[in-house]
Amino acid sequence: MALLQIAEPGQTAAPHQHRLAAGIDLGTTNSLVATVRSGQAETLPDEQGRHLLPSVVRYTPAGIEVGEAARLAAAGDPLNTISSAKRLIGRGIGDVKSLGTELPYEFVNADSAVPRIRTVAGDVTPIEVSAEILKVLGLRAQETLGGDLVGVVITVPAYFDDAQRQATKDAARLSGLHVYRLLNEPTAAAVAYGLDRGADGVHAIYDLGGGTFDVSVLRLNKGVFEVMATGGDSALGGDDFDAVIAAWLLAQAGLSADTDRGTLRHVLDQARAAKEDLATHPRVNVTLSLPQGGDWQGELSRAQLAEMLDPLIRKTINTCRRVLRDAGVRADEIEDVVMVGGSTRTLRVREMVGEFFGREPLVDIDPDRVVAIGAAIQADVLAGNKPDEDMLLLDVNPLSLGIETMGGLTERIIPRNTTIPVARAQEFTTFKDGQTAMAVHVVQGERELVSDCRSLARFELRGIPPMVAGAARIRVTFSVDADGLLHVEAKEQTSGASASVEVKPSYGLTDHEISGMLQASLDHARDDMDLRRLVEERVEAQRVIEALNAALASDGDELLSAAERADVEQALRHLTATANDSQDPREVEAAIKRLEKHCEFYVERRMNSGIRKAMAGHRVDEFARDDGPEAD
Amino acid sequence: MFDFSKNYFELFGMPADFLLDASELAARYRELQKVVHPDRFATSGEHSQRISLQSATMVNEAYESLKDPLKRAQYLLGLKGIELDAKQRSLNDPAFLLEQMELREALAEVRHAADPQNELDRLLQQIGQMIKTQVALLAVQFEDSSPAQLAAAAQTVQKMQFLNKLHAEAESIDAELEDSY
Repeated sequence: MALLQIAEPGQTAAPHQHRLAAGIDLGTTNSLVATVRSGQAETLPDEQGRHLLPSVVRYTPAGIEVGEAARLAAAGDPLNTISSAKRLIGRGIGDVKSLGTELPYEFVNADSAVPRIRTVAGDVTPIEVSAEILKVLGLRAQETLGGDLVGVVITVPAYFDDAQRQATKDAARLSGLHVYRLLNEPTAAAVAYGLDRGADGVHAIYDLGGGTFDVSVLRLNKGVFEVMATGGDSALGGDDFDAVIAAWLLAQAGLSADTDRGTLRHVLDQARAAKEDLATHPRVNVTLSLPQGGDWQGELSRAQLAEMLDPLIRKTINTCRRVLRDAGVRADEIEDVVMVGGSTRTLRVREMVGEFFGREPLVDIDPDRVVAIGAAIQADVLAGNKPDEDMLLLDVNPLSLGIETMGGLTERIIPRNTTIPVARAQEFTTFKDGQTAMAVHVVQGERELVSDCRSLARFELRGIPPMVAGAARIRVTFSVDADGLLHVEAKEQTSGASASVEVKPSYGLTDHEISGMLQASLDHARDDMDLRRLVEERVEAQRVIEALNAALASDGDELLSAAERADVEQALRHLTATANDSQDPREVEAAIKRLEKHCEFYVERRMNSGIRKAMAGHRVDEFARDDGPEAD
Repeated sequence: MFDFSKNYFELFGMPADFLLDASELAARYRELQKVVHPDRFATSGEHSQRISLQSATMVNEAYESLKDPLKRAQYLLGLKGIELDAKQRSLNDPAFLLEQMELREALAEVRHAADPQNELDRLLQQIGQMIKTQVALLAVQFEDSSPAQLAAAAQTVQKMQFLNKLHAEAESIDAELEDSY
């Protein structure tokens, strides 16, 4: 941990001090970390020069292995080697079971809603597995850059639901990384393509990875990336291609589908190799070693491959069609189609996507790295390293959010493809006379029946004063923040007596579980926890001090009277002193809160001044009535 | 404080009219988000982040309400103190309601038509045209803004709600037809 630097009051730390930030693509198959150095975004290799870190974690009695070593050990130690954490993260035991028997792990039946996998090193959750991958990438970035990261941007599939996003954020928290933002993968790819540079217009991003598919349509205008619609399938990817090819190979070789696990793995590997070779050759030879001894030899052509894959690719094209409809644009209005994800190397995918959009898709940037590069650019901007940068990303929520009403029907509160952050409220009432409690069931999805949607959370609102049926006014407010995370609140209005509840996703870890894991990972001892918290609070204090100093330098004289400014600076000195001297994290935290409370008026003045300036270039009378009717 | 008491037109610095320049509205929306969006406050303190989140949420809500003609009309009527009947019981136009029923029946029959896609396209176009007519009517009614015209605008708003719902249903049938290829 680097030493805490706190500038003398009045002396801002170097105004444009470069803050170390990174973008992380936490993938199903591989993960990457990238950063902006000397204005250039690049992925960072490990000591052996490898950029891709296989998303595989192996637990052994001696310790934890992550990446290539773990991947190579997978066949020999399948129970302790977890290679599909992204498919499991944010999912419940029930979901995991419905993913099928292909997962070789031993799941533990525990009380927690989060599935746990039994390993020789103890039971682990997919969140902890992902945290191990994040730790390795965070460390790689810190070693390469020679300093602590102040913040990271982690990418998630655009189609990830609330529970999957929350779980990803929890994984980051466990890994000790400060998350600036969760960023949708297709949006990250759009940023990487630098589509902001003179490419104003509507673009589509087609992202087919190992296990997930996303498509986003976005409009670019003077550095603002406005996502118009997004859609996808969080369980469709290149792995499904391999499975289809493997099934065909098994049939050709006269093997049954329930042959032994080793043979299945072998056939799957050959299937993947054949698929990859067909990207550069019109036909390939396939050799399978048979379990009874001997070999089977056969040939696979591009035409045959196309025939097998077409039904799967057609599913993605149907999604593209729906997303275009949601965005309100026609295929021929799309200027560029950007291909992202390793599975877009398959030529048949490019062909069908090109056919649908009526143009050659862009494949200039390595489809494996493009997402991490975009995330690094966004992290650099969020860290404040480019104060003059105009870039802004406006994303949407991918799935409709609602609650269950009478008869198991879904009442939609926030429809899909609404720009975030967003808050919407709706009033509900009681069903029975004297009803004093109400069960609120939060769901996500597009279907009418609650049973067809994804259950996110359940909670009860209690303390409703007894009234006749239909008299109570219960206002349920949904808000989605810039990370795409949902918060739900319910309040009874009429009586003035109100109750509210913060919702935790059904498939997430509780705060208690997380702090337990953090503690365990720190080799116990309350002192360690306190020390860690002290360091965290000091970093937070420094962040607040720096931000306030920068604000004072830019508009303190303009927005504050001399007395107000002296007052703010006094409070600033107090926090600086506390952060430097106090050994108690709670004291530092309280001092931060005090300073923020103290400067509330200044923050608000700055916001309003910013809005006034933004609108100052425009005058109301620019818009005479005879401008003509709007285009609609 | 970020001035939450401002009405949406004031927030965007635009006149409170039904007719407005959609591209100017979009440009001002982007300018505002560049100032208030949480991404601009990633390194700020908790309080700044909260204010930013609330402000960006309000700017999004304002933009949603102004860019869509139906929502804009509803919002304008609200500003002018006209209550809209949420249950749409007060629509007093038998000819319009009859036409709605006929369109609804036609839509229900689409799947059995000789050429479903062709028939659906025809209906979609017809409904789209009717919506355009209502938007033009709203422009005239708000231009006048007399109590009688505003009452008429409230009726037009109710008709547009019917038509938008019908259009959405037609589109979902369209999606089903396309997906079955």
